[in-house]
Amino acid sequence: MSILVNKDTKVIVQGFTGKEGTFHAEQCLAYGTKIVGGVTPNKGGQEHLGKPVFNTVAEAVKTTGATVSMIFVPPAFVGDAVMEAAEAGIELAVIITEGAPVKDMQMAKAYATKHGMKTLGPNCPGIITAEECKIGIMPGSIFKKGNVGLISKSGTLTYEGANQVCNEGFGITTAIGIGGDPIIGLSYNQILPMFEADPDTHAIVMIGEIGGDLEIQAAKLIKEQITKPVVAFIAGQTAPKGKTMGHAGAIVSGSAGTAKEKMEALEAAGVKVVVSPAEIGKAIAEVLGK
Amino acid sequence: MNIHEYQAKQVFAKYGVPIPKGIMVESVDAAVEAAKELGGPIWVVKAQIHAGGRGLGGGVKLAKTLDEVRELADEILGMTLVTHQTTAEGKLVQKLYIEDGADIKDELYLSVVLDRKLEMPLIMASTEGGMNIEDVAEKTPEKIITVPVDPAIGFQGFHGRELAFGLGITDKAEQKKIISFAQKLFKLYMENDAEMIEINPLVKTGSGDFLALDGKMGFDNSALGRHPDIAAMRDLSEEDADEVEAAKYGLSYVALDGEIGCMVNGAGLAMGTMDTINYMGGTPANFLDVGGSANAETVAKGFEIILKNPKVKAIFVNIFGGIVRCDRIANGIIEATKITDVNVPVIVRLDGTNAPEAAQILKNANIANLIVGDDLGDGAAKAVAAAKQA
Ligand SMILES: Nc1ncnc2c1ncn2[C@@H]1O[C@H](COP(=O)(O)OP(=O)(O)OP(=O)(O)O)[C@@H](O)[C@H]1O
Ligand SMILES: [Mg+2]
Repeated sequence: MSILVNKDTKVIVQGFTGKEGTFHAEQCLAYGTKIVGGVTPNKGGQEHLGKPVFNTVAEAVKTTGATVSMIFVPPAFVGDAVMEAAEAGIELAVIITEGAPVKDMQMAKAYATKHGMKTLGPNCPGIITAEECKIGIMPGSIFKKGNVGLISKSGTLTYEGANQVCNEGFGITTAIGIGGDPIIGLSYNQILPMFEADPDTHAIVMIGEIGGDLEIQAAKLIKEQITKPVVAFIAGQTAPKGKTMGHAGAIVSGSAGTAKEKMEALEAAGVKVVVSPAEIGKAIAEVLGK
Repeated sequence: MNIHEYQAKQVFAKYGVPIPKGIMVESVDAAVEAAKELGGPIWVVKAQIHAGGRGLGGGVKLAKTLDEVRELADEILGMTLVTHQTTAEGKLVQKLYIEDGADIKDELYLSVVLDRKLEMPLIMASTEGGMNIEDVAEKTPEKIITVPVDPAIGFQGFHGRELAFGLGITDKAEQKKIISFAQKLFKLYMENDAEMIEINPLVKTGSGDFLALDGKMGFDNSALGRHPDIAAMRDLSEEDADEVEAAKYGLSYVALDGEIGCMVNGAGLAMGTMDTINYMGGTPANFLDVGGSANAETVAKGFEIILKNPKVKAIFVNIFGGIVRCDRIANGIIEATKITDVNVPVIVRLDGTNAPEAAQILKNANIANLIVGDDLGDGAAKAVAAAKQA
């Protein structure tokens, strides 16, 4: 098993015929992802990568029965695309595009939530269930099937973490990049319980970063609800203090968002916290006892 | 992107948010002229830098005569202002704002910022303006009123009433004024894709009017494309020259104090690489994210920027290719060694998309000084060792 997506998941691509959309949709197809079509306004009726193109998401969903959309539209159109997907009954939108305005994401996420649509990203590498379904831009070949779930804010650290887990002789159930923008879709606290409930996932790798307090919230949830071993790394122990102006940001988050603060909170919650990402693989080997 | 106080006040004025009269100047003579034009009888001479705490640092001073304006302008213009929000080196003051002195009765605090947890803007207000608001938040959090505003419904009357009553404003005319103030501020926050607006202090004058005496504004960089007027307010002299230069090539660069130059793809892995170097007993010289579209030219530029720093004793190139293809990075490294004189050991770890091709390219090129790292740990260890030997 896995979480959120598997070999039967039907996927459409918004921004299908663009350069990025084309390149990555092709890679996903090669990986085995069931991409059943795509959406590009005014190109409806055409065929692209051997799949039908539709003018609207509603049409694509009606015709193909897709439940997941992978979004590659340019930044200024992301909000619109997400809301269109929600309206059309998509269940999960995976937003790859980087640089979407934060205000647009506030609106779009509120609208998605109202329609019961989950979102991932924006500005994320996507989601992959090893050897079944890749929806995103990660190099598929490093994700071997196994029993470790992975959640990461950073894209490249997702690859680094998964690669180490696999090099230690373990593998991945599902790996998810949640993105590091101010407004993101599914986060640690929604995904951790999914891994907890997935019988094939035996351990979890959680990779965080300085800034915000999602990792602190996750520590609380792990303490209360997660029984499976968790290995965590927080990037940015040596990062320079961010340039700040004004105090409102720090007051509202109630924390400085430092790596130290997050590492301590996770450790207190029983998580195995590593100081360098180079130690992730070894730590997984330790908690899984081999 | 952040803007200066005088620019924030221009935006305030456009939306009818009340401010004292003021003029931005760049010379002492112009400061005196501006003071004459404003008419007095009291002026405030304010350093314009992208940082708070200017008052405590000696960058905000009151003048009672035109001669005092001249003296203070002369003193503040060209000074290097160090505050708790600048680096230890401080910031050079190149612009002044000459402003009408206000008749202050009460100092309040008002800000609008994104609440990431609620995923909507939050208005914060306090009767404890003027002083360090973070202390207030910590010691007497009950003195900070928070009013989230759902953008789907916008600023409603009840939001305004919560603020007015929360601030203990009982006079009806004053209630109306503060509600209108907050409503306009919220409107300009939304319409301009602001990230943060902070007014500290927002003062009540002797005549019961509310005025923004300070104004700090930051904007969402991703939305600047639809606000050319705001984008034009960018002051490059407030930013680090190397960072600006790097950004032209799609590189994200921040200088640090250490000895090992880093070139990495992705901000997370870049920070993770710095953390690993540190963990292994070395010190990172910089943060450098080559981004998703790295090619030979950008890699060469990256080397050039890293090597400008004389402290650099070794360079660690750490790439985990996803969208970035390792063969392109390998070609970039070869290109860079032709264009720039790379006179320190370069430790290269390339993994992910097209890594085997990249390894072959590097091997064929036969570059002196080049050391291959097998993985993140191995690469970092070799970089630390190389820097120690140098
Ligand atoms: N026009 C004015 N008239 C009278 N007093 C003023 C005026 N402008 C500023 N002041 C006084 O100077 C102090 C410092 O100014 P201001 O708040 O603009 O700068 P700051 O020190 O950078 O702010 P912060 O500490 O919030 O970062 C104010 O708290 C206020 O008491
Ligand atoms: Mg102030």
